[in-house]
This record gives sequence, C-alpha cells and structure tokens, in this order.
Amino acid sequence: MPLIQHQVVELHSWLTMQEFVDIITISQMTPGPIAINSATFVGIQIAGLPGAIVATLGCVFPSCVIVLTLALIYFRYRNLSVVQGVLGGLRPAVVAMIASAGLSIIITSFWNGAAISLSPESLDWIAVVLFVAALFALRKWKLNPIYVMLSCGGIGLIVYLLAGKTA
Amino acid sequence: MKKDFAFYRKLFASTFYLSAFTFGGGYVIIPLMRKKFVEQFHWIEEEEMLDLTAIAQSAPGAIAVNASILIGYRLAGIVGALVTVAGTVLPPLIILSLVSLAYTAFQSSLIVKLVLRGMQAGVAAIIADVTITMGLDILKRKKILPVLIMLGSFIAAAVFKVNVIMIILVCAVIGLLATLHDERNGKAGA
Repeated sequence: MPLIQHQVVELHSWLTMQEFVDIITISQMTPGPIAINSATFVGIQIAGLPGAIVATLGCVFPSCVIVLTLALIYFRYRNLSVVQGVLGGLRPAVVAMIASAGLSIIITSFWNGAAISLSPESLDWIAVVLFVAALFALRKWKLNPIYVMLSCGGIGLIVYLLAGKTA
Repeated sequence: MKKDFAFYRKLFASTFYLSAFTFGGGYVIIPLMRKKFVEQFHWIEEEEMLDLTAIAQSAPGAIAVNASILIGYRLAGIVGALVTVAGTVLPPLIILSLVSLAYTAFQSSLIVKLVLRGMQAGVAAIIADVTITMGLDILKRKKILPVLIMLGSFIAAAVFKVNVIMIILVCAVIGLLATLHDERNGKAGA
C-alpha cells in the first residue's frame, strides 16, 4: 500500500493524497483483496474502465509469474523428505499467522478500531454478541460462512440503528 | 475428476463467489477457500491447503490472488490458474466500477458503515472457527515440535509484530533441521 501511494501520488501525481485516502477506505469497504481493489480504483479514477483493467492486470501479472514458479517447484519436489521437512515447519506457522490475523480483526471489531481498554463502556457489546452467535452457528450447525457473514451485516445494521449508533 | 466445461464453470463460479463476498482482504479468503475446496468439494487435502497458503504468503502480491492461482494450478494446470484468477479479479473490477460512479455517497453512507461493522464481527468469527479447527488438528497429533512452532509463531506475529516472511523463513529452517536430524538418527539406528 505505501508502495502504491509512492508511485501514484508522489512519483506520477495522478491523484491527490485526499483522493488516495478515499480510495483506501473504499477498497476496505468493498469485497475483494485490498491491493487489487485499490489498484482497480486508482485505474478507474485516472483512465476509466480501460485504466481499471490495465491496473488489475499489472497488479496480478507479477504474482502470477512468481506464484506459478513456486507452484511448479512445490508440485515437483513435495515428496522429497527435505521439502516435507520444510513444509512440516511451515504448516503450524501458517495456522499461527491465520490466528494472529483473526485476533487483530477481533480486536478491531470489539473496540471498533479504537485502542484496547478494559472499561466496559469502550467495548462494542453488539459486535461481541454477534461474534459469539456467529461462532456458535459456524461450529455447532456448520452454517455456510458467507451466509453467516451476510446475516451479521443485516442483523448488525438493525441492532446498531435501534441502539442509536451513528458511526 | 473430469475436466470438462462443467468443471471449469464450477471452478470459476466458486472463486468468483468467494471473491465477491470476501470483505477485509488478506487472510479472510483462506478460511472460505478451505471450507469450499477442502470440506465441500474435497478437491484439495487439508495439509495441501496449508502448504498452498504458505506459498501464497511467501510470494509477493495479494494473498487471495496468489492462493487462487495456486488452487487453479493444482486442480487444472495453467488453464485452471487463469480461470481462478479471472474469478478472483472480476468481482472487485465490476463492484468498484459501479461504486466509483457514486463513491462519495457510498463512503459517507451510515447504512454501509453499520452493515460493514456487523459483518466484521462475522468475519472475525469465521477466522476464529477455522483457527480452532486447524489448531486442534495440530494439537491432536501430540507432537511437540509443531505445537511449539505454532505457539512461537503466534507470539512472534501477534505480540512482537515480527515480519511474516521472517517467521516463515525461520519455521522453514526449523522444519528442515528437524528432518535432517531425524534422518541422521534413523540411519544411525539402522
């Protein structure tokens, strides 16, 4: 992200800083990977739909080449004991990375982006209840995660509005 | 698995659908992909999914795109990778083209903000669910090293904010050394 900012705002002056900040916000609010979203959006702002397509391709192409090379190596050599050893070390680490990403989303959600504090007023109780209910639905009833996520959005909207939340 | 038109359509539809509904980027799409391709379709094995995630994380670029390239390639070679990339990239392209028509209105909309806030709690629950399942899987094998790696990496990432690539490199070296050590002991014992 700081790299995109440097290229687009400072190097080429295609966008102002304010426009760039808006784009980041939108990218986080719409589905899809944030890097792709912001590249697409930068492309649209500068040169319309063709710009968006070019930006997306530019964003995806380097990854494609590198990832496919790694994939080739992985699928060819994964049965070697050395490669198995390396992967054996990586698998638990990947679980830990996902857990760590999950924890930061939980913190953002429960404290609505503010710093963690122990006072109960600062906690977003609606988010906590939604989280517990969603986790229960996923683990106990094995509901489809996408439906769970969309329901949380719908229920969240109604409850927040009833509770008089404004932001 | 038959690689006919129906297969490619299913592959494209799945990645399109996942990308269209994944808010928040990064790791969020991994649990969803795991649910779809490992649990629902049984196209990919659990361990393989973790390997692919590790590769997706080690390469530059968005994790979601990298992971979809890997899944497509694993299932149907280069053509498969092209299909999954298209499926992952098109939803943001379409949605953002629409949003850009009225983006100031979208950005300041209270309703959008509140829906997203509710969904964030749901996303947190999805990641927690997958982490619990995968973490228990590692604990159940009752091997000490993977558990230590998992706890160590978690503390390094969550508490000390160590760079992800750094953690991956260190864990790869630990895994490599452990295997070499085991092999040497195995040969000495034989």
